[in-house]
Amino acid sequence: MSNKDLEIIIATDCGSTTTKAILIEKKGDTYRQTYRGEAPTTVEAPFEDVTKGVLNAITEVEELSGRKILNGEHIITPNNGNTGADIYVSTSSAGGGLQMMVAGAVKAMTGESAQRCALGAGAIVMDVLASNDGRADHEKIERIRQLRPDMMLLSGGTDGGTVTHVVELAQFLKAADPKPRLGASYKLPVIYAGNNKAHQEIKDILDERTALIITENLRPTLEKENLMPARHKIHDIFLEHVMQQAPGYPKLMKMVGAPIMPTPAAVGVMTEKFAKANNFNVLAVDIGGATTDVFSVFSGVFNRTVSANLGMSYSISNVMAEAGLPNILRWLPFGLDEQDLRNRLKNKMIRPTTIPQTVEDLQVEHAVAREALRLAFDQHKALAVGLKGVQQERSISDAFEQTSSGQSLINLMDLNYIIGSGGILAHSPRRTQSMLMMIDAYQPEGVTMIAVDSIFMMPHLGVLAQVSEKAALDVFYNDCLVRLGTCLAPKGMAKDGQVIMDWELVEENGKRHSGELRFGEILHIPFESPKGRAIVKPAKGFDMGAGPGNKLEANIEGGVVGVVLDGRGRPLDLSKTAAKRIADLNKWYKAMEMYPI
Amino acid sequence: MAHAYTPGLKVIPCTVLKKKRLLPIPGKVLVGMGQQVEALDVVAQTQLPGKVFSVNIANRLAVAPEEIQNFILKKEGDTVKKGEIIAENKPLLKWFKTSVESPVDGTVETVSMLTGQVLLREPPRILPIMAYVKGKVVDVTPDFGVTVESEGTFIQGIFGIGGETNGEIAVVAASPDEDLPAEALNETHKGKIVLGGRHAGLATIKRAVELGVHAIVVGGIHDRDLRQLLGYDIGVAVTGTEKVGVTLIVTEGFGMIPMAEYTFKLLASRNGEKASVSGATQIRAGVMRPEIIVPGYPKNVTTCKKEEGRGWIEPGDPVRIIREPHFGVIGVVKSLPPELTKIGSESHVRVLEVDLPGGETLVIPRANIEVLEK
Repeated sequence: MSNKDLEIIIATDCGSTTTKAILIEKKGDTYRQTYRGEAPTTVEAPFEDVTKGVLNAITEVEELSGRKILNGEHIITPNNGNTGADIYVSTSSAGGGLQMMVAGAVKAMTGESAQRCALGAGAIVMDVLASNDGRADHEKIERIRQLRPDMMLLSGGTDGGTVTHVVELAQFLKAADPKPRLGASYKLPVIYAGNNKAHQEIKDILDERTALIITENLRPTLEKENLMPARHKIHDIFLEHVMQQAPGYPKLMKMVGAPIMPTPAAVGVMTEKFAKANNFNVLAVDIGGATTDVFSVFSGVFNRTVSANLGMSYSISNVMAEAGLPNILRWLPFGLDEQDLRNRLKNKMIRPTTIPQTVEDLQVEHAVAREALRLAFDQHKALAVGLKGVQQERSISDAFEQTSSGQSLINLMDLNYIIGSGGILAHSPRRTQSMLMMIDAYQPEGVTMIAVDSIFMMPHLGVLAQVSEKAALDVFYNDCLVRLGTCLAPKGMAKDGQVIMDWELVEENGKRHSGELRFGEILHIPFESPKGRAIVKPAKGFDMGAGPGNKLEANIEGGVVGVVLDGRGRPLDLSKTAAKRIADLNKWYKAMEMYPI
Repeated sequence: MAHAYTPGLKVIPCTVLKKKRLLPIPGKVLVGMGQQVEALDVVAQTQLPGKVFSVNIANRLAVAPEEIQNFILKKEGDTVKKGEIIAENKPLLKWFKTSVESPVDGTVETVSMLTGQVLLREPPRILPIMAYVKGKVVDVTPDFGVTVESEGTFIQGIFGIGGETNGEIAVVAASPDEDLPAEALNETHKGKIVLGGRHAGLATIKRAVELGVHAIVVGGIHDRDLRQLLGYDIGVAVTGTEKVGVTLIVTEGFGMIPMAEYTFKLLASRNGEKASVSGATQIRAGVMRPEIIVPGYPKNVTTCKKEEGRGWIEPGDPVRIIREPHFGVIGVVKSLPPELTKIGSESHVRVLEVDLPGGETLVIPRANIEVLEK
């Protein structure tokens, strides 16, 4: 079927706990998401068949829409009147998603490239092994034995270079004799994407014990990263081996009209499509109960990281451990005893489905969320970097700048758009809470538009984009994104109360807002027009993207929150004095109308 | 009648339990179908492959990898003793002689002329699996283990640390709202499962370790004490492998929280009897809670509950509130209004009304209660 024939699309995302189905219909020339249904995922006992949950979720869509989509356990295709759909697509992260272990010769070079490759394919990276990772050899072997990944990615060396390190890693792998996570009856798939000179040696060592797949080197030279061939192999194996072992997936694979994608891979695709279509630099985050996924596209380069133990329920205590109590307490507009905070967070960890009943308790969760978002972003920045180990030719002027290889690609001044998803961001009682949490965590600079994906539709749209980019983008703009508004944040530091920017906002209908922004304050301007212009003139020493003190005109988006003029300076420096910090927080939260008190 | 699905912890005077006792890799099953087993009986065992150690011969002898064949004294499959010379060079002057000794007892697994490295594997280690609970073998999984069925008192805690252990129950706290001070423990508690009431502090837990107490069961602990005990913060609730010298089971949560009276009384009713306990907790896919199992019927109980809990809640059910501002309070469900209700945080959620013993009625999000399953 050609894409232009697609009128009715049904898509599901099989998550660890919930399977969500959405119905997309072509209305005139535009695709819109019209109905959605959800049901518990049925991968675990007693059902052990993912399709049961899928059928239940689609049945709910049938009941709500009045459209008959199922004939028993089959999806009726193509659509005819009020029956059937033209295509069914699905993503999956059920059963813990795709879990991989990666290995590279040098941690900061092939190790990092292998990590980026696996993460971009939608995997959770359980560990990165490298010849120089600081562990003794027997510790590495023990680690390989303990972990039971779905597959392993082995890389190392540039093409034609030395084979010793990668052969050594292969020998460790053989000695450990790792077992795959699902199904004891098949061999662990190992993708080799390293030095092409070592193919024969790798075959000799691993062919018998593992299901070895050899592909192009993901780091053919130090200056070049070639992740796509290995990423395609990861997807192939995900479908051919891993999915085949998961309960009910062979059936699900027969139902779909396009290959099933790991959920994070689909979100990555959608982030990339959105960035490319608008020529934006984009940051997208999905903060869940156990993990936080961060996606970015900067200057066309896509990166994904997953912080496996930063989340708002199962992993909430780990956020406390990693961030430290003072960093969580600094966001609370009231004093709280450390022991009380510790016990509260541990109680959330052991009873992860509970929800804040009071405003104070909500503020505690929002404080933790800021730190989880910040830490996951720090981890993302550390991996979303240029290639390390690249030889650079330096002129005299470069020598003064002291730049090195491996600089982060993330530049907050160049960031155009932030998309947040996950319960704490998508379902905050007030949207201003979501917006300020993201501003505080990421500290965007200059002009940054912010939205949330309120029902986490990006997975469905990412897998749909493989079939119809138009359908995916139409729904993304019209139904998926809830536009919060735009943050205008001059970069620089001054004294409290000093005027740091003159600003004017023009709505699409011609309505104008203008004023001065003083250091240390937040101004919240309701601005519902979907589009508008901002004309800003920062004071000397402050930068909005056109250079310090330079005037800037930029397109902005309004939204359910509006425009937030953030005069707190960058980097945001909260007062070290508790009373001043609490007074500041209360002032800012009041300006944003964050909480009912 | 209105009802709502809710998770809960089991506190059951007598029930039929099945415990799967399986090896992580194939081995030998040592008991047969229908056989009676004691908690400490080994039901299956296997050999875990030994640890692998690498020795880079080429580096140690300062030769090229392919040259090590001239110096190596052992071949693949040979056994070696710790300290035994596995390779040495042959210099003209013996002062320049370099020998490479095996760092472990084991066998030579591989010798690589590409990397110049030798991999040595330690002998396999025996891994036994015990029955854990007294009962009868009702299923045998060939090569992996058995399922043991037992009838008895079954109590789940909310969080624990430390692995499986057993011992006699010793009631130390006089009531569920009494703390368990360090001074309350003495030599007679060695090897026992000590029942506390509201709270156990760090000093109490350390005293228990000193005395060789096998387990402490208590209403609440402070997270700060747990951190000091372990030396690190527990980030994700996956526990059971801690080696602190005692198994700790918390029935209510973190803080000073009296143990639910029903739980305390039930455990106290089995004072002096042998129990199997485990602190293993896992709060993600495949939820696992710490547990106390006391085989046999309590006094005045004549039949064992065979059915699973009904899995939902109805008016009249006893519940525990599990979130601030009423954390730890126990009451009875009054009603389950179906409509979404705006709560203090401004979220619109499903709620229930809970009657407290004092006559007060609270409105609580349904997500914030736990049914007390009896």
